[in-house]
Parts: sequence; C-alpha cells; structure tokens
Amino acid sequence: MATHKISFNVNGIRETAEVPSNMTLLTLLRERLAITGTKRGCDTGECGACTVLMNAEPVNSCLVLAVEIDGTDIVTVEGLAQDGQLDPLQEAFIQHTGVQCGFCTPGILIAARALLDRNSKPSRREIKDALRGNLCRCTGYTRIIDAIQEAAEVGG
Amino acid sequence: MDAVSKSHVFPSPIGESVTRVDALEKVTGEAKFTDDLQFGAGLLYGQVVRSPHPHAIIKRVDVSRALALPGVRAAVTGEDSDDHIGLYLKDRYIFCRDRVRFVGDPVAGVIAVSESIADEACRLVEVEYEVLEPVLDPLQGVQEGAPLLHPDLGEYVVADFIDPKPGTNIANHFKVRKGDVEAAWSKCDVIVECDFRVPHVQHVPLETHVAVARVDQTGKIILWSSSQSPFAQRNLIAEALNMSQSDIRVIAPYVGGGFGSKAGVSVEGTAVVMARKVPGHPVKMRLTREEEFYCAFVRQGLIARTKVGAKSDGEILAMKTEYYWDAGAYTEYGVNITRASGYSSTGPYRIPNVHADSYCVYTNHPVGGPMRGFGMPEIHWGIEQIMDMVADELGMDKVAFRLKNCLRGGDKNVTGMTMHPIGLAECIEKASKAINWGEKAPASAPHKRRGKGLAIMWKAPAMPPNAGSSAWVRFNEDATVSLGIGGQEIGQGSFTVATQMAAATLGVPLDWIHISAPVDTKYSPYEWQTVASRLTWSMGNAIVQAAEDARRQILDIVAAYWDEDPNDLDVKDGQVISFKSENAIPLKDMVVYGLPLPDDQGWHGGPIIGHGNFMPTYITSLDNETGQGQRAVVHYTTGCQAVDLEVDTETGQIHLLRVASAFDVGKAINPDQVRAQMEGGVVQGASTAILECLQLKDGVPQNPSFTDYRIATSVDIPDEIIPIIVEVPQDDGPWGARGVGEHPMVPTAPAIANAVAAALGVRILEMPMTPEKVFLAIQEKLGEA
Repeated sequence: MATHKISFNVNGIRETAEVPSNMTLLTLLRERLAITGTKRGCDTGECGACTVLMNAEPVNSCLVLAVEIDGTDIVTVEGLAQDGQLDPLQEAFIQHTGVQCGFCTPGILIAARALLDRNSKPSRREIKDALRGNLCRCTGYTRIIDAIQEAAEVGG
Repeated sequence: MDAVSKSHVFPSPIGESVTRVDALEKVTGEAKFTDDLQFGAGLLYGQVVRSPHPHAIIKRVDVSRALALPGVRAAVTGEDSDDHIGLYLKDRYIFCRDRVRFVGDPVAGVIAVSESIADEACRLVEVEYEVLEPVLDPLQGVQEGAPLLHPDLGEYVVADFIDPKPGTNIANHFKVRKGDVEAAWSKCDVIVECDFRVPHVQHVPLETHVAVARVDQTGKIILWSSSQSPFAQRNLIAEALNMSQSDIRVIAPYVGGGFGSKAGVSVEGTAVVMARKVPGHPVKMRLTREEEFYCAFVRQGLIARTKVGAKSDGEILAMKTEYYWDAGAYTEYGVNITRASGYSSTGPYRIPNVHADSYCVYTNHPVGGPMRGFGMPEIHWGIEQIMDMVADELGMDKVAFRLKNCLRGGDKNVTGMTMHPIGLAECIEKASKAINWGEKAPASAPHKRRGKGLAIMWKAPAMPPNAGSSAWVRFNEDATVSLGIGGQEIGQGSFTVATQMAAATLGVPLDWIHISAPVDTKYSPYEWQTVASRLTWSMGNAIVQAAEDARRQILDIVAAYWDEDPNDLDVKDGQVISFKSENAIPLKDMVVYGLPLPDDQGWHGGPIIGHGNFMPTYITSLDNETGQGQRAVVHYTTGCQAVDLEVDTETGQIHLLRVASAFDVGKAINPDQVRAQMEGGVVQGASTAILECLQLKDGVPQNPSFTDYRIATSVDIPDEIIPIIVEVPQDDGPWGARGVGEHPMVPTAPAIANAVAAALGVRILEMPMTPEKVFLAIQEKLGEA
C-alpha cells in the first residue's frame, strides 16, 4: 500500500509521520503515537468516543484518514489542560460527577469544548443537541449536561 | 485542581459527597483501559472464525491455507480447547470441538502480525458444517422432541444449587411451592392472568470486550483484560486448562462499562488459547462493535406467564408464574438468573400462596449473561404491570394497593425468609409524592395524553453462599496508605467508596488513601467478582476490617511508647492522640519505622499492614421441591420509581417528563454517587424500555450497529430525574450500607409501561415500547372503540 508523508500538530507539538493510505487518524493517534486518551468505540462514526478537534472542528477520528490531517492542528483530551491548569470543562466534570466508567469522557469533553468555542452560553437544549453524536451508557447524561452548563457559566 | 483537594477535607468522609477519586485521571485521558496499554513490537493480533450457523455439527476444520498466508504465526481449533469452561455449569469449550450452537460461536482462531492479516487469514480457514435444526424459542426448546443442544448435559460439572435436566434443553429448573395456590383462587374476588415478553438486549459498554494474553516460555500466563471478574477469570481459565491458579495472572485496568457483560469468561478464553501457540508474544483479542453485538453476552430473553388473585379489599392471595428464559447456546450466569428470578418471582409483595417455575432453556441464540439487575428488570416488567392490572380490576389506587401488599421488615417473603428492616413503603410514598401522585395534570397539546405510573422492585445479590472479599491497608513512610482491593472500578464508584471507608476507619484524611490499582491477581487481595451490587457491602466490610486491624496495631505500638492503655488512644486526622494524657504523635513518625522503647530498651513496632476479609456465613440452601428455606440471600435492596409522561398519539412517541427514583440503600456512603447511579439506571432502563431490542432472525442479529440498535442519547433523557435516598440500615453492612448499582434499572420499564397505560388505556406487554408499537396499539384501541 502507498504511504504518505504528513506533518501536523498534536496538542501543540509538531509531528511528522509516514502513513499508509488506509490508516485512520484514530489508529495514528493510538497505535503510532501512543496518545491513547482518544477511545475506539465503534470504528464507524456512531459513538463519538474518538472525537478530536481538527482545526478547532470536532471530528470522529475513526472516520478521518491520517493523510487528511497533513498541515492541520489536532487537539485530543490530553491537550485540553494548559500549563498544568485544567480546562474549566474538566473541572466541572469532576465537580458534577460527569464521569462514571470514563470511556466516553474524552470524546464528550472534546465535543463540549467545540460547542463552547462556538457558543459560549449554550442553552440546555443546545448542549443536548451538541452531544447527540456522543454515546454514554453510564451517566444518563444529566450530570454531563450540568457540567457543561457550569463550565459555560464560569466563562469556559 | 484546587477544587478537587478542597473537597477532600472532611471530618468524616462517610455520608459525604466527595468527588470521585478516579475523575481526574478520567478527564485528562490518563486513565488506562486495556486497549490503551502498549505492548511493543512483539504484539500479535488474534481473530476468531465464527460459526455462520445457529446450530451445526463441525465436520472438518482446515487452517492450512490460513497458515500459509505471510504474516500469520499460528492457528487454533477446537482441538486446542482442553476442557469445558463455565461458571455454574461447565457447558462449553473455548473453541468449539464438535458442534456450534449460535451464530458467532468460535470455531477457529488465527494469530497474525496485524489485525488486517488476521482478518484475511480468517477468511482462508475452511470449515465444513452439517447444519442442524435450531431451537429459536424457549417454548419450542422445552417441548418434547425439540432438537437437543447439549446431549451431554448430564456429564457437565455443575454447582449444587443448579438443577439441569439431562435429555432436555433445560439447563436449570427452579420451583417455588408455597401454600396452596389452586385452593386460593376460589377465595379471590379478582384474578388477572397475562403473558409478558422481554426481548434480548445488549449491554453496549462503550468499550468493547478486549483482552491481551501472553504465555511465557515456562507456560505461565498473563492476561490483561477489561474485566469485572479478574479472580473468577483466573479460576475458570485455570480449571479449563488444568493449570494452577498461581500460574495465571490477570491484570485488570479500568473497565469502560461492564453492566455484567464483562463478568465471567468470554473473549479472554480465546485470547489465552491463542497465546499458548505463540509463547513470548502478547496476543490481543478485541471485539469490533459488530462482533460485540453478535458474540458478547446478551441479556436473556424472557417469556413470563403470570396469574395473580386478590380479595376485594386489595389483599393479594395467590400468584402463579412460569418463566421461560431464552438462555442461548451456553449459560455462564443464565442458570443462576433462572434461580434468582424464581426466588424473587413475587416481587416485593407479601403473598401467602405461590406457585412458580423458572426454566433456563438452551436455544441457538447468543449466550445469555447477566445484565444490570440479574433477571430483575426482566421479571419486574411483568410483575409490576400485572399488579397494576389487578389494582385496576379492584378499582383501587395503585399506590394504596402497593402500600397494602408490599413487604415490610419482619414479613415472611416468597421463600420463607424473614425480611430484614426495609424502607420500601417509604420509597413508595416519597417517589409517588415527588410526581404529585393523584393530581391530574394537563397534556401539553391536544394530540398528547399525559399519564402517571409507578413500579416497585426488590433485588438480592445472586451469588454462591460463600462469595468472599478481602482487603489490605499498607502504610507508606509519609503515612499515606496503599489500599489493596480486588474489586473493580467499572464506573460505579467503588474506588471512591473504598477510599472513604478506609479513611474513616483509619482516621486519616481522605487524600492519604491510594487504591493499589489496577487490580492484579498476583498482588491484589481476593475478591469473588464485581457483580451483584455487592462491593459496597461485602468488600466494604473487608476494608473496614483491614483498616481496624492496622489501627489496632498502631494503637498498641503508641500505647507501649507512652506507657498508656490503647483504649485511651485514638487516631484522628492522621495522628494518634490520647484522651487521657493528651499526648499526640503524627502517624508518619511511627507507621513504618516503629517507635523506641523507653530507657533505650530498643524498638517496638514495624511497617504497618492490616488485613481483613468478609464472607456471609448465614446463607442456607432452598428446598429443591418447594423453594423454601431459612435465608437464601444476604439481603434485598428495595425501591420505587414513579413516572410522569406524555404520549404523542400521532407518532406514538413517549416523552418522559419526570422520573422519581427512590431506593433504600441502608446508608449512602457517598450520596452524590448514589444519586448518579439512580440517574444512570433510570436512563439505561428507559433506553431498554423504549428503544432496545437485539432483533434475531433465524438466530442472526439483524441490527448489529449503533445505527440500527439505538441506545438513549442526550436528547432521549427525561426532562427531570428526582433521585431520593432512603436509609434503613443493613445490620451487617458497613455503616448500614447495602448495594444500589443495579437497582435503579429494575423498575424503570414497567413504571413507564404503567404510565403509558394510564395515559392511553392500552397495555404494551412486550418491550420495547417503540413509537411504532405504541402508535399501533392506539390504532387498535380506536378500532375496537
């Protein structure tokens, strides 16, 4: 299979890689770069566990080919905290028990970050809509929604 | 991160809603799940060839073409399965030997250098089958002359409380015969008889099943697995491979959702058998989402035939039940679900005459496993609807009917056990009040109908009588504590509650306690399994004992140092104090290095390590013919959910406005975590009630993806969930606590069904209550009118 040289930023760090045509961004992150906070839940873009930011837009990394990220900025859950300071969303998820098993959490945090970046004061309805593509089997979503609302209120 | 540590400062952390100890790891991406572990260049990938037939004889398996593919390292077949495996009934081989019994049954496995080569190699394995007639319904399976799935049933090793019927497809039959049901019917003023059905549903953990096994050059096994039962897995695999438990080490990182599906042995067995072929190499077995729908444990289907009779004053006199469980190809836990559903078949009601038969029936369907509630959501679907129907016939208010008949402390239950104190009546009163029971509320539009309904529940941990827990606490130089436990953190908050209990008993600040995770059977203390909502109670008792053991050692050492009586001493906030002399010494000065004796007489003490264990000692068996006995279970957790909803008559869509969820947890060690379990259980329960069904056609799943098998998303949740904690202490629970992890799942579906019936006057007898089904039921009623 043909390979491609790509360069990109992951969580602010410049990376280069030679990737086969059929490698997904999710596989590149988890299996080549060992950045494993981003989770593999379905491989078909249905569960949202693999959500990352690509040039500030949330994408299912299982549906993005690695070659497509050439020249882009990727942010994963590991990149949310800045200079040792948690993102307000991370703080709020801790305080509101927006976490149970934690497997969907990285994808949901990223989806929520994308939401707050485009809409700093979302309504409850808007939060629910933004999370439609992120499945959670444990929490029942209520506390996740509470946490996102709280993060928005503190200016996150 | 200030906010986190601040919240950890409490005088006693018991009953405090401290933040989860695993939350920081989980929001930063630091928490490691099995598939996150890095195994380096030696890692190989296992893939399994699965049966395309629900029932067939394996005539021939040929792996030679697969082995010839470059990148393939080895292959396995049924010949590599040593012995049968199974938790209560050893009824399967890890790789099938002579017969396949469901679509997805493992026939062969290949090990290759990449997942894609392994996939390709699987397609090169040739298997010749002789297709047999399948059993696709438990009612068909129990009939005489039905095709037999397990002709060798009589040869299988079985636990003594399971009663298989060789020569049939019945893997277990549990009976209750109490009073005289037939005589009682004539005394009843109202009798209602109805059948209910529950389809197969999938657990859908967001993390699919994954295991990595490595067999070293001396034959010892290490297994990394997403597991609720590391010790049970070690034990079952040791027995199946005729190995010592000491030669198998199971390491169990965080679990990305279990709900029962990751208890027992499933994918782990295939990983181990494959790894034996390639010593020195770790072999990874990870189910795709599609495989998860095909091959992981499912919640068993159920056909419930139920008859209840009551007097005109509302007193229930008799209940007759037949349960036909669609157990699937093998039973792992299914046989015990059958038993538990039999001994809980009345629900939490006081009924003098009971006749119940619960059958675990082998079918050529996916393997039935335990799912959050262990049979209780399935049986309460029927129990709680028929109780509503009886109340309707009597013209009685449904809350009053339940308050009149529900079990209370001191009552004899269905198996003759005397109920311990329970707060069920309080749960009924509080949940119904929370949704303004009895007050009519208008619907939001002319084409919508509003209704309220409730359901009550009970559930006991269903486990062997002697399922045990153990724990240790070990002090470090700075007096922080390593807490060893074998129970898993699967999202339910066990690590947090364990930390609270250890800190409270030792008398140290909460953030001094560190769980020694991941659970590792080589180092962690024994724990039966993380199932049955039993950890807070059982493992909690072991933790308290371990911490008390350490505390006693500490007080003895310091008492000798001060020449005082240890009874005058206590540990508070990380230091030992004397009430008598008012002396004080920080723990860090003595927990590892001990203390000098007076007058230079040497030293006293040493590194402190405390240990504890717990096992219920009072469980007795049930009579095989009557299901009666002194005390068959440790305790029942009880509760009530009340639902206020609207149904759109044009679309059949159910909109949950309010769900009140009240449970008697004995003592909420962490009230916020208890409420979180209630909220999660309500939504998971509502999801199964309205959306979920694994559609099986000729044994083949028709909807093995999230597109076709919908689970609740953020927009499907109730507008409001009202969690209510009731606390009637458990006599042998730590601080009075009993479990609550599964319970909020149990009454959700029937409470919704009862509210739908109140809104529309139609009853849905088979889950799920999809818009289509509800709409058609409305149409049918209109047609009748």
